[in-house]
Amino acid sequence: MSEPFLIGDRMSGGYGKGPNILHDCTVAVEKGEIAVIVGPNGAGKSTAMKAVFGMLDVREGAVRLDGEDITHLSPQDRVAKGMAFVPQTSNIFTSMTVEENLEMGAFLRRDDISGTMEQVYTLFPILKDKRRQAAGELSGGQRQQVAVGRALMTQPRLLMLDEPTAGVSPIVMDELFDRIIEVARTGISILMVEQNARQALAIADKGYVLVQGANRYTDTGAALLADPEVRKSFLGG
Amino acid sequence: MVDVLNALVVLANFVVVPGIAYGSQLALGALGITLIYGILRFSNFAHGDTMAFAAGAVILVTWWMQAQGISIAPLPTALLALPFGIVATVLMLLFTDRYVYRFYRRVKAAPIIFVMASLGVMFILNGVVRFIIGPNDQRFADGERFIIRARDFKTLTGLDEGLAIKVSQGITVVTAVGVVIALFWFLNRTRTGKSMRAYSDNEDLALLSGINPERVVLIVWIIVGILATVAGTLYGLDKTYKPFTFFQLLLPMFAAAIVGGLGNPLGAIAGGFVISFSEVTVTYAFKRVVTYLVPEAWAPDSLVQLLSTDYKFAVSFSILIIVLLFRPTGIFKGQSL
Repeated sequence: MSEPFLIGDRMSGGYGKGPNILHDCTVAVEKGEIAVIVGPNGAGKSTAMKAVFGMLDVREGAVRLDGEDITHLSPQDRVAKGMAFVPQTSNIFTSMTVEENLEMGAFLRRDDISGTMEQVYTLFPILKDKRRQAAGELSGGQRQQVAVGRALMTQPRLLMLDEPTAGVSPIVMDELFDRIIEVARTGISILMVEQNARQALAIADKGYVLVQGANRYTDTGAALLADPEVRKSFLGG
Repeated sequence: MVDVLNALVVLANFVVVPGIAYGSQLALGALGITLIYGILRFSNFAHGDTMAFAAGAVILVTWWMQAQGISIAPLPTALLALPFGIVATVLMLLFTDRYVYRFYRRVKAAPIIFVMASLGVMFILNGVVRFIIGPNDQRFADGERFIIRARDFKTLTGLDEGLAIKVSQGITVVTAVGVVIALFWFLNRTRTGKSMRAYSDNEDLALLSGINPERVVLIVWIIVGILATVAGTLYGLDKTYKPFTFFQLLLPMFAAAIVGGLGNPLGAIAGGFVISFSEVTVTYAFKRVVTYLVPEAWAPDSLVQLLSTDYKFAVSFSILIIVLLFRPTGIFKGQSL
Protein backbone atom coordinates (compact mmCIF):
# COMPACT_ATOMS: atom_id res chain seq x y z
CA MET A 1 0.00 0.00 0.00
CA SER A 2 1.33 3.45 -0.88
CA GLU A 3 1.97 5.98 1.83
CA PRO A 4 -0.96 8.18 2.94
CA PHE A 5 -0.98 11.90 2.01
CA LEU A 6 -0.16 12.87 5.57
CA ILE A 7 1.17 10.56 8.22
CA GLY A 8 2.31 11.12 11.76
CA ASP A 9 4.31 7.92 11.92
CA ARG A 10 4.85 6.25 15.32
CA MET A 11 5.22 9.59 17.08
CA SER A 12 6.44 9.84 20.67
CA GLY A 13 6.84 13.15 22.40
CA GLY A 14 5.62 15.76 24.88
CA TYR A 15 5.65 19.44 25.66
CA GLY A 16 8.95 21.18 26.37
CA LYS A 17 11.08 19.07 28.69
CA GLY A 18 8.05 17.24 30.09
CA PRO A 19 7.42 13.49 29.90
CA ASN A 20 6.14 11.83 26.77
CA ILE A 21 2.42 12.19 26.27
CA LEU A 22 2.32 10.36 22.97
CA HIS A 23 3.62 6.82 22.81
CA ASP A 24 4.28 5.34 19.41
CA CYS A 25 1.15 7.01 18.09
CA THR A 26 0.25 6.93 14.41
CA VAL A 27 -2.38 9.03 12.64
CA ALA A 28 -2.74 9.37 8.90
CA VAL A 29 -5.11 10.77 6.32
CA GLU A 30 -5.52 10.09 2.61
CA LYS A 31 -6.06 12.72 -0.05
CA GLY A 32 -9.59 14.14 0.06
CA GLU A 33 -10.59 11.96 3.00
CA ILE A 34 -11.67 12.66 6.54
CA ALA A 35 -9.74 11.16 9.43
CA VAL A 36 -11.07 11.55 12.95
CA ILE A 37 -9.22 11.18 16.24
CA VAL A 38 -11.47 10.22 19.15
CA GLY A 39 -10.92 8.96 22.65
CA PRO A 40 -11.63 9.71 26.30
CA ASN A 41 -10.58 12.93 28.02
CA GLY A 42 -6.84 13.21 28.41
CA ALA A 43 -6.16 10.56 25.78
CA GLY A 44 -3.80 12.90 23.92
CA LYS A 45 -6.13 13.58 20.98
CA SER A 46 -5.28 17.27 20.70
CA THR A 47 -1.68 16.51 21.51
CA ALA A 48 -1.47 14.09 18.58
CA MET A 49 -2.87 16.81 16.31
CA LYS A 50 -0.42 19.38 17.64
CA ALA A 51 2.44 16.93 17.12
CA VAL A 52 1.45 16.60 13.48
CA PHE A 53 1.39 20.39 13.20
CA GLY A 54 4.78 20.86 14.89
CA MET A 55 3.55 22.47 18.07
CA LEU A 56 5.34 20.01 20.30
CA ASP A 57 8.53 18.08 20.32
CA VAL A 58 8.31 14.82 18.37
CA ARG A 59 11.19 12.85 19.92
CA GLU A 60 10.71 9.63 18.02
CA GLY A 61 8.93 8.90 14.79
CA ALA A 62 8.29 11.24 11.91
CA VAL A 63 5.69 13.41 10.22
CA ARG A 64 5.51 13.17 6.44
CA LEU A 65 3.40 15.28 4.10
CA ASP A 66 3.08 13.99 0.55
CA GLY A 67 6.16 11.85 1.09
CA GLU A 68 8.26 14.75 2.39
CA ASP A 69 9.68 14.61 5.92
CA ILE A 70 8.45 17.72 7.76
CA THR A 71 9.17 16.53 11.31
CA HIS A 72 11.46 19.45 12.06
CA LEU A 73 9.59 22.28 10.37
CA SER A 74 8.02 25.06 12.44
CA PRO A 75 4.21 25.41 12.36
CA GLN A 76 4.59 28.53 10.20
CA ASP A 77 6.64 26.63 7.65
CA ARG A 78 4.03 23.87 7.64
CA VAL A 79 1.39 26.49 6.80
CA ALA A 80 3.49 27.43 3.80
CA LYS A 81 3.61 23.71 2.85
CA GLY A 82 -0.17 23.59 2.63
CA MET A 83 -1.28 22.63 6.13
CA ALA A 84 -3.93 24.71 7.90
CA PHE A 85 -4.81 24.44 11.55
CA VAL A 86 -7.94 25.60 13.36
CA PRO A 87 -7.26 25.70 17.11
CA GLN A 88 -10.01 24.77 19.54
CA THR A 89 -10.14 28.16 21.27
CA SER A 90 -9.14 31.71 20.28
CA ASN A 91 -9.34 30.68 16.67
CA ILE A 92 -10.56 34.00 15.26
CA PHE A 93 -9.49 37.66 15.47
CA THR A 94 -12.42 38.88 17.57
CA SER A 95 -11.84 42.62 17.10
CA MET A 96 -11.62 42.37 13.33
CA THR A 97 -14.40 42.00 10.78
CA VAL A 98 -15.22 38.66 9.20
CA GLU A 99 -13.70 39.82 5.94
CA GLU A 100 -10.50 40.98 7.65
CA ASN A 101 -10.27 37.58 9.37
CA LEU A 102 -10.34 35.93 5.97
CA GLU A 103 -7.77 38.40 4.60
CA MET A 104 -5.44 37.62 7.49
CA GLY A 105 -5.84 33.91 6.77
CA ALA A 106 -4.45 34.63 3.31
CA PHE A 107 -1.63 36.82 4.66
CA LEU A 108 1.10 34.67 3.12
CA ARG A 109 -0.47 34.78 -0.33
CA ARG A 110 0.60 37.48 -2.75
CA ASP A 111 -1.87 36.61 -5.51
CA ASP A 112 -5.51 37.63 -5.86
CA ILE A 113 -7.51 36.18 -2.98
CA SER A 114 -11.00 37.26 -4.06
CA GLY A 115 -11.73 33.91 -5.72
CA THR A 116 -10.91 31.93 -2.57
CA MET A 117 -12.91 34.37 -0.49
CA GLU A 118 -15.89 33.84 -2.79
CA GLN A 119 -15.51 30.06 -2.31
CA VAL A 120 -15.56 30.49 1.46
CA TYR A 121 -18.67 32.67 1.18
CA THR A 122 -20.31 30.02 -0.99
CA LEU A 123 -19.48 27.39 1.60
CA PHE A 124 -20.68 29.58 4.49
CA PRO A 125 -23.28 31.99 3.04
CA ILE A 126 -24.01 33.53 6.45
CA LEU A 127 -20.47 34.92 6.56
CA LYS A 128 -21.07 36.93 3.43
CA ASP A 129 -24.00 38.71 5.09
CA LYS A 130 -21.90 39.44 8.14
CA ARG A 131 -18.62 40.22 6.43
CA ARG A 132 -18.45 43.79 7.78
CA GLN A 133 -19.28 42.73 11.33
CA ALA A 134 -16.68 42.15 14.04
CA ALA A 135 -16.10 38.40 14.28
CA GLY A 136 -16.31 38.59 18.08
CA GLU A 137 -19.97 39.60 17.84
CA LEU A 138 -21.02 36.40 16.05
CA SER A 139 -22.61 33.31 17.57
CA GLY A 140 -20.55 30.26 18.48
CA GLY A 141 -21.40 28.35 15.30
CA GLN A 142 -20.72 31.36 13.10
CA ARG A 143 -17.38 31.92 14.83
CA GLN A 144 -16.40 28.35 13.99
CA GLN A 145 -17.33 29.03 10.38
CA VAL A 146 -15.07 32.10 10.42
CA ALA A 147 -12.30 30.01 11.93
CA VAL A 148 -12.61 27.31 9.27
CA GLY A 149 -12.94 29.97 6.57
CA ARG A 150 -9.78 31.71 7.76
CA ALA A 151 -7.87 28.42 7.57
CA LEU A 152 -9.21 27.70 4.06
CA MET A 153 -7.92 31.05 2.78
CA THR A 154 -4.39 29.69 2.42
CA GLN A 155 -5.80 27.13 -0.06
CA PRO A 156 -4.45 24.31 2.09
CA ARG A 157 -4.08 20.71 0.98
CA LEU A 158 -4.74 19.54 4.54
CA LEU A 159 -7.13 21.07 7.04
CA MET A 160 -6.71 20.23 10.72
CA LEU A 161 -9.60 20.91 13.08
CA ASP A 162 -9.32 20.72 16.86
CA GLU A 163 -12.83 20.00 18.20
CA PRO A 164 -14.68 22.23 15.73
CA THR A 165 -18.03 21.49 17.35
CA ALA A 166 -17.05 22.19 20.96
CA GLY A 167 -19.74 24.28 22.59
CA VAL A 168 -22.17 24.54 19.68
CA SER A 169 -25.73 23.22 19.54
CA PRO A 170 -26.49 19.80 17.93
CA ILE A 171 -28.16 21.48 14.95
CA VAL A 172 -25.14 23.69 14.32
CA MET A 173 -22.92 20.64 14.77
CA ASP A 174 -24.72 18.71 12.01
CA GLU A 175 -24.46 21.76 9.78
CA LEU A 176 -20.72 22.11 10.45
CA PHE A 177 -20.13 18.42 9.71
CA ASP A 178 -21.98 18.82 6.41
CA ARG A 179 -19.71 21.69 5.49
CA ILE A 180 -16.64 19.70 6.46
CA ILE A 181 -17.73 16.89 4.14
CA GLU A 182 -18.12 19.49 1.37
CA VAL A 183 -14.60 20.75 2.00
CA ALA A 184 -13.25 17.21 1.78
CA ARG A 185 -15.05 16.70 -1.55
CA THR A 186 -12.99 19.53 -3.03
CA GLY A 187 -9.91 17.37 -2.50
CA ILE A 188 -8.73 18.81 0.80
CA SER A 189 -7.74 16.19 3.35
CA ILE A 190 -9.19 16.67 6.81
CA LEU A 191 -7.76 15.59 10.13
CA MET A 192 -10.11 16.27 13.00
CA VAL A 193 -10.19 15.77 16.75
CA GLU A 194 -13.72 15.29 18.06
CA GLN A 195 -15.46 15.00 21.37
CA ASN A 196 -18.74 13.99 19.71
CA ALA A 197 -17.27 10.65 18.72
CA ARG A 198 -20.40 8.96 17.33
CA GLN A 199 -21.32 11.75 14.90
CA ALA A 200 -17.73 12.33 13.90
CA LEU A 201 -17.05 8.66 13.14
CA ALA A 202 -20.19 8.60 11.02
CA ILE A 203 -18.61 11.01 8.54
CA ALA A 204 -15.06 9.67 8.89
CA ASP A 205 -13.26 7.62 6.28
CA LYS A 206 -10.73 6.67 8.91
CA GLY A 207 -11.01 6.68 12.69
CA TYR A 208 -8.36 6.56 15.38
CA VAL A 209 -9.27 5.74 18.95
CA LEU A 210 -6.50 6.93 21.26
CA VAL A 211 -6.07 5.94 24.89
CA GLN A 212 -3.29 7.37 27.01
CA GLY A 213 -1.38 8.68 24.06
CA ALA A 214 -1.34 5.40 22.15
CA ASN A 215 -3.44 3.88 19.37
CA ARG A 216 -6.13 1.57 20.75
CA TYR A 217 -8.32 0.96 17.69
CA THR A 218 -7.78 2.03 14.11
CA ASP A 219 -10.25 1.30 11.35
CA THR A 220 -12.71 2.93 8.99
CA GLY A 221 -15.29 5.14 10.69
CA ALA A 222 -18.12 2.74 9.91
CA ALA A 223 -16.20 -0.29 11.20
CA LEU A 224 -15.39 1.44 14.48
CA LEU A 225 -19.04 2.40 14.92
CA ALA A 226 -19.99 -1.22 14.37
CA ASP A 227 -17.33 -2.65 16.67
CA PRO A 228 -19.06 -3.73 19.93
CA GLU A 229 -15.82 -3.23 21.93
CA VAL A 230 -15.49 0.34 20.76
CA ARG A 231 -19.19 1.01 21.28
CA LYS A 232 -19.12 -0.31 24.80
CA SER A 233 -15.96 1.48 25.91
CA PHE A 234 -16.05 4.77 24.06
CA LEU A 235 -19.44 5.45 22.56
CA GLY A 236 -21.62 4.76 25.56
CA GLY A 237 -23.08 1.41 24.38
CA MET B 1 -26.28 89.42 25.64
CA VAL B 2 -22.91 91.04 25.09
CA ASP B 3 -21.95 89.80 28.54
CA VAL B 4 -22.76 86.24 27.55
CA LEU B 5 -20.58 86.62 24.45
CA ASN B 6 -17.79 88.07 26.53
CA ALA B 7 -18.06 85.16 28.94
CA LEU B 8 -17.90 82.70 26.04
CA VAL B 9 -14.84 84.43 24.60
CA VAL B 10 -13.05 84.31 27.95
CA LEU B 11 -13.91 80.65 28.22
CA ALA B 12 -12.73 79.96 24.68
CA ASN B 13 -9.52 81.88 25.20
CA PHE B 14 -8.49 80.27 28.48
CA VAL B 15 -10.19 76.87 28.45
CA VAL B 16 -11.35 75.65 25.05
CA VAL B 17 -8.42 76.64 22.82
CA PRO B 18 -5.65 75.60 25.24
CA GLY B 19 -7.64 72.47 26.11
CA ILE B 20 -7.91 71.38 22.49
CA ALA B 21 -4.22 72.00 21.85
CA TYR B 22 -3.10 70.24 25.03
CA GLY B 23 -5.59 67.43 24.37
CA SER B 24 -4.16 66.87 20.89
CA GLN B 25 -0.65 66.67 22.31
CA LEU B 26 -1.74 64.22 25.01
CA ALA B 27 -3.67 62.18 22.44
CA LEU B 28 -0.60 61.80 20.22
CA GLY B 29 1.47 60.75 23.23
CA ALA B 30 -1.22 58.36 24.46
CA LEU B 31 -1.50 56.82 20.98
CA GLY B 32 2.15 55.81 21.18
CA ILE B 33 1.64 54.30 24.61
CA THR B 34 -1.51 52.46 23.61
CA LEU B 35 0.07 51.02 20.44
CA ILE B 36 3.02 49.66 22.40
CA TYR B 37 0.65 48.23 24.98
CA GLY B 38 -1.62 46.67 22.38
CA ILE B 39 1.04 45.12 20.21
CA LEU B 40 4.21 44.73 22.28
CA ARG B 41 2.10 44.15 25.41
CA PHE B 42 3.81 46.32 27.97
CA SER B 43 3.47 49.78 29.49
CA ASN B 44 6.36 51.77 28.11
CA PHE B 45 7.55 54.08 30.87
CA ALA B 46 10.22 55.44 28.57
CA HIS B 47 7.65 57.08 26.32
CA GLY B 48 7.84 60.51 27.97
CA ASP B 49 11.59 60.57 27.65
CA THR B 50 11.35 59.25 24.10
CA MET B 51 9.37 62.40 23.37
CA ALA B 52 12.03 64.49 25.14
CA PHE B 53 14.72 62.82 23.04
CA ALA B 54 12.70 63.31 19.86
CA ALA B 55 11.93 66.97 20.52
CA GLY B 56 15.57 67.49 21.52
CA ALA B 57 16.73 66.07 18.19
CA VAL B 58 14.28 68.33 16.37
CA ILE B 59 15.57 71.33 18.33
CA LEU B 60 19.20 70.62 17.42
CA VAL B 61 18.32 70.39 13.73
CA THR B 62 16.14 73.51 14.03
CA TRP B 63 19.03 75.48 15.52
CA TRP B 64 21.29 74.32 12.73
CA MET B 65 18.72 75.35 10.15
CA GLN B 66 18.23 78.70 11.82
CA ALA B 67 21.97 79.24 11.75
CA GLN B 68 22.00 78.39 8.03
CA GLY B 69 19.18 80.86 7.45
CA ILE B 70 16.77 78.12 6.34
CA SER B 71 13.23 79.15 7.18
CA ILE B 72 9.65 78.50 6.18
CA ALA B 73 8.25 81.63 7.84
CA PRO B 74 5.56 82.30 8.91
CA LEU B 75 5.62 78.65 10.00
CA PRO B 76 8.16 77.59 12.62
CA THR B 77 11.39 76.08 11.27
CA ALA B 78 10.88 73.12 13.62
CA LEU B 79 8.30 71.68 11.21
CA LEU B 80 11.03 71.40 8.59
CA ALA B 81 13.26 69.67 11.13
CA LEU B 82 10.56 67.12 12.06
CA PRO B 83 11.58 64.43 9.54
CA PHE B 84 15.17 64.50 10.83
CA GLY B 85 13.92 64.18 14.41
CA ILE B 86 11.72 61.27 13.37
CA VAL B 87 14.65 59.43 11.78
CA ALA B 88 16.84 59.98 14.85
CA THR B 89 14.07 58.85 17.21
CA VAL B 90 13.18 55.74 15.20
CA LEU B 91 16.85 54.75 15.10
CA MET B 92 17.11 55.26 18.85
CA LEU B 93 13.96 53.17 19.45
CA LEU B 94 15.17 50.38 17.19
CA PHE B 95 18.48 50.45 19.04
CA THR B 96 16.75 50.01 22.41
CA ASP B 97 14.56 47.28 20.94
CA ARG B 98 17.54 45.43 19.52
CA TYR B 99 19.61 45.59 22.69
CA VAL B 100 16.97 45.62 25.44
CA TYR B 101 13.47 44.45 24.55
CA ARG B 102 14.31 41.79 21.98
CA PHE B 103 16.06 39.70 24.60
CA TYR B 104 12.99 39.76 26.86
CA ARG B 105 10.73 38.92 23.93
CA ARG B 106 12.87 35.93 23.13
CA VAL B 107 12.72 34.58 26.69
CA LYS B 108 8.99 35.40 26.77
CA ALA B 109 9.42 37.57 29.86
CA ALA B 110 6.39 38.60 31.93
CA PRO B 111 4.96 42.07 31.14
CA ILE B 112 6.17 43.47 34.44
CA ILE B 113 9.75 42.65 33.47
CA PHE B 114 9.25 44.60 30.25
CA VAL B 115 7.92 47.52 32.28
CA MET B 116 10.98 47.45 34.52
CA ALA B 117 13.24 47.26 31.47
CA SER B 118 11.45 50.29 30.01
CA LEU B 119 12.00 52.06 33.32
CA GLY B 120 15.72 51.46 32.87
CA VAL B 121 15.57 52.76 29.31
CA MET B 122 13.72 55.79 30.69
CA PHE B 123 16.46 56.63 33.19
CA ILE B 124 19.18 56.26 30.59
CA LEU B 125 17.34 58.38 28.04
CA ASN B 126 16.71 60.89 30.80
CA GLY B 127 20.43 61.26 31.31
CA VAL B 128 21.33 61.18 27.63
CA VAL B 129 18.90 63.97 26.78
CA ARG B 130 20.13 66.19 29.63
CA PHE B 131 23.69 65.42 28.67
CA ILE B 132 23.17 66.52 25.09
CA ILE B 133 20.81 69.44 25.39
CA GLY B 134 20.92 70.36 29.06
CA PRO B 135 18.22 70.39 31.73
CA ASN B 136 17.10 73.97 31.13
CA ASP B 137 14.41 75.60 29.03
CA GLN B 138 15.33 75.79 25.36
CA ARG B 139 13.78 78.22 22.89
CA PHE B 140 13.40 77.09 19.34
CA ALA B 141 10.07 78.53 18.20
CA ASP B 142 10.27 81.10 15.45
CA GLY B 143 8.07 82.44 12.67
CA GLU B 144 4.73 84.12 13.25
CA ARG B 145 3.46 83.74 16.84
CA PHE B 146 -0.27 84.31 16.52
CA ILE B 147 -2.98 83.34 14.08
CA ILE B 148 -5.17 85.95 15.74
CA ARG B 149 -4.13 88.34 18.50
CA ALA B 150 -6.35 89.31 21.42
CA ARG B 151 -6.23 92.98 20.45
CA ASP B 152 -7.13 92.31 16.81
CA PHE B 153 -9.99 90.13 17.96
CA LYS B 154 -11.31 92.94 20.13
CA THR B 155 -11.24 95.55 17.37
CA LEU B 156 -12.70 93.01 14.97
CA THR B 157 -15.68 92.09 17.14
CA GLY B 158 -15.99 95.13 19.41
CA LEU B 159 -16.11 92.88 22.47
CA ASP B 160 -14.33 93.69 25.73
CA GLU B 161 -12.58 90.35 25.81
CA GLY B 162 -10.02 89.14 23.32
CA LEU B 163 -9.43 85.71 21.87
CA ALA B 164 -5.88 84.81 20.97
CA ILE B 165 -4.98 81.73 18.97
CA LYS B 166 -1.29 80.90 18.73
CA VAL B 167 0.23 79.52 15.56
CA SER B 168 1.54 76.62 17.62
CA GLN B 169 -1.99 75.78 18.71
CA GLY B 170 -3.27 75.85 15.16
CA ILE B 171 -0.38 73.69 13.95
CA THR B 172 -0.92 71.29 16.83
CA VAL B 173 -4.54 70.65 15.95
CA VAL B 174 -3.99 70.43 12.19
CA THR B 175 -0.98 68.12 12.54
CA ALA B 176 -2.68 65.94 15.13
CA VAL B 177 -5.74 65.48 12.93
CA GLY B 178 -3.53 64.66 9.94
CA VAL B 179 -1.41 62.15 11.87
CA VAL B 180 -4.46 60.46 13.38
CA ILE B 181 -6.19 60.13 10.00
CA ALA B 182 -3.02 58.67 8.50
CA LEU B 183 -2.64 56.25 11.40
CA PHE B 184 -6.22 55.01 11.19
CA TRP B 185 -6.01 54.67 7.44
CA PHE B 186 -2.87 52.62 7.88
CA LEU B 187 -4.31 50.37 10.60
CA ASN B 188 -7.66 49.77 8.91
CA ARG B 189 -6.95 49.83 5.20
CA THR B 190 -3.48 48.43 4.55
CA ARG B 191 -2.39 44.82 4.68
CA THR B 192 0.47 45.61 7.04
CA GLY B 193 -1.76 47.68 9.32
CA LYS B 194 -4.34 44.91 9.48
CA SER B 195 -1.64 42.37 10.27
CA MET B 196 -0.63 44.57 13.22
CA ARG B 197 -4.19 44.61 14.52
CA ALA B 198 -4.34 40.86 14.04
CA TYR B 199 -1.12 40.44 16.00
CA SER B 200 -2.50 42.65 18.76
CA ASP B 201 -5.79 40.73 18.80
CA ASN B 202 -4.49 37.16 18.85
CA GLU B 203 -0.76 36.59 18.72
CA ASP B 204 -0.86 32.80 18.28
CA LEU B 205 -3.37 32.90 15.47
CA ALA B 206 -1.37 35.68 13.78
CA LEU B 207 1.65 33.36 13.83
CA LEU B 208 -0.47 30.54 12.38
CA SER B 209 -1.50 32.92 9.59
CA GLY B 210 2.13 33.52 8.70
CA ILE B 211 2.41 37.05 10.10
CA ASN B 212 6.05 37.76 10.93
CA PRO B 213 6.24 39.09 14.51
CA GLU B 214 9.63 40.80 14.09
CA ARG B 215 8.25 42.80 11.18
CA VAL B 216 5.23 43.85 13.23
CA VAL B 217 7.54 44.96 16.05
CA LEU B 218 9.69 46.95 13.64
CA ILE B 219 6.70 48.81 12.24
CA VAL B 220 5.30 49.53 15.69
CA TRP B 221 8.56 51.23 16.69
CA ILE B 222 8.59 53.28 13.50
CA ILE B 223 5.04 54.47 14.11
CA VAL B 224 5.77 55.15 17.76
CA GLY B 225 8.84 57.14 16.74
CA ILE B 226 6.77 59.30 14.40
CA LEU B 227 4.06 59.85 17.01
CA ALA B 228 6.54 60.65 19.78
CA THR B 229 8.47 63.12 17.63
CA VAL B 230 5.34 64.91 16.48
CA ALA B 231 3.85 64.99 19.97
CA GLY B 232 7.08 66.12 21.65
CA THR B 233 7.79 68.84 19.11
CA LEU B 234 4.24 70.19 19.17
CA TYR B 235 4.28 70.31 22.96
CA GLY B 236 7.64 72.05 22.92
CA LEU B 237 6.48 74.60 20.36
CA ASP B 238 3.23 75.28 22.17
CA LYS B 239 4.64 75.52 25.67
CA THR B 240 8.34 75.26 26.27
CA TYR B 241 11.00 72.59 25.88
CA LYS B 242 12.46 71.30 29.10
CA PRO B 243 13.35 67.60 29.39
CA PHE B 244 11.73 67.26 32.82
CA THR B 245 8.28 68.36 31.61
CA PHE B 246 8.15 65.35 29.29
CA PHE B 247 8.81 63.03 32.19
CA GLN B 248 5.93 64.72 33.99
CA LEU B 249 3.72 64.23 30.94
CA LEU B 250 3.98 60.48 31.47
CA LEU B 251 1.18 60.52 34.05
CA PRO B 252 -1.43 62.43 32.01
CA MET B 253 -0.52 60.42 28.91
CA PHE B 254 -0.91 57.09 30.68
CA ALA B 255 -4.10 58.36 32.26
CA ALA B 256 -5.37 59.27 28.79
CA ALA B 257 -4.49 55.87 27.36
CA ILE B 258 -6.09 54.02 30.28
CA VAL B 259 -9.20 56.22 30.44
CA GLY B 260 -9.76 55.59 26.73
CA GLY B 261 -9.06 51.87 27.01
CA LEU B 262 -5.50 50.55 26.73
CA GLY B 263 -4.69 49.16 23.32
CA ASN B 264 -7.54 51.09 21.68
CA PRO B 265 -6.27 53.95 19.46
CA LEU B 266 -9.66 55.66 19.33
CA GLY B 267 -9.77 55.54 23.12
CA ALA B 268 -6.34 57.16 23.40
CA ILE B 269 -7.58 60.18 21.49
CA ALA B 270 -10.79 60.48 23.50
CA GLY B 271 -8.80 59.96 26.70
CA GLY B 272 -6.38 62.71 25.73
CA PHE B 273 -9.19 65.23 25.51
CA VAL B 274 -10.92 63.99 28.65
CA ILE B 275 -7.70 64.47 30.63
CA SER B 276 -6.77 67.81 29.08
CA PHE B 277 -10.21 69.37 29.58
CA SER B 278 -10.44 68.03 33.13
CA GLU B 279 -7.05 69.50 33.94
CA VAL B 280 -7.80 72.85 32.37
CA THR B 281 -11.31 73.29 33.76
CA VAL B 282 -10.51 72.11 37.26
CA THR B 283 -7.51 74.41 37.58
CA TYR B 284 -9.00 77.42 35.75
CA ALA B 285 -10.14 80.46 37.76
CA PHE B 286 -13.67 81.08 36.54
CA LYS B 287 -14.01 84.46 38.24
CA ARG B 288 -14.20 86.51 35.05
CA VAL B 289 -16.59 84.12 33.32
CA VAL B 290 -18.93 84.13 36.31
CA THR B 291 -18.69 87.92 36.69
CA TYR B 292 -19.99 88.35 33.16
CA LEU B 293 -22.83 85.91 33.61
CA VAL B 294 -24.36 86.85 37.00
CA PRO B 295 -25.86 90.16 38.14
CA GLU B 296 -23.29 92.59 39.48
CA ALA B 297 -24.25 92.05 43.12
CA TRP B 298 -23.47 88.36 42.88
CA ALA B 299 -20.03 88.80 41.39
CA PRO B 300 -17.65 86.50 43.27
CA ASP B 301 -14.76 87.82 45.33
CA SER B 302 -12.80 84.60 45.13
CA LEU B 303 -11.13 83.21 42.01
CA VAL B 304 -13.74 80.43 41.61
CA GLN B 305 -10.92 77.99 41.06
CA LEU B 306 -11.38 74.41 42.19
CA LEU B 307 -7.67 73.56 42.41
CA SER B 308 -4.48 75.52 42.12
CA THR B 309 -2.61 74.84 38.86
CA ASP B 310 0.17 73.32 40.94
CA TYR B 311 -2.16 70.40 41.50
CA LYS B 312 -2.96 69.70 37.86
CA PHE B 313 -1.27 66.33 37.99
CA ALA B 314 -3.60 65.35 40.82
CA VAL B 315 -6.45 65.68 38.34
CA SER B 316 -5.14 63.07 35.91
CA PHE B 317 -4.20 60.88 38.83
CA SER B 318 -7.71 61.06 40.32
CA ILE B 319 -9.31 60.31 36.97
CA LEU B 320 -6.96 57.37 36.56
CA ILE B 321 -7.95 55.95 39.96
CA ILE B 322 -11.67 56.46 39.33
CA VAL B 323 -11.50 54.74 35.95
CA LEU B 324 -9.44 51.84 37.28
CA LEU B 325 -11.92 51.34 40.11
CA PHE B 326 -15.16 51.59 38.17
CA ARG B 327 -14.37 50.82 34.55
CA PRO B 328 -10.97 49.15 34.26
CA THR B 329 -11.34 48.63 30.51
CA GLY B 330 -11.74 52.35 29.86
CA ILE B 331 -14.39 54.32 27.97
CA PHE B 332 -13.89 52.38 24.78
CA LYS B 333 -13.28 48.74 25.40
CA GLY B 334 -9.57 48.19 25.79
CA GLN B 335 -7.61 45.47 27.48
CA SER B 336 -8.22 45.29 31.22
CA LEU B 337 -5.21 45.89 33.44
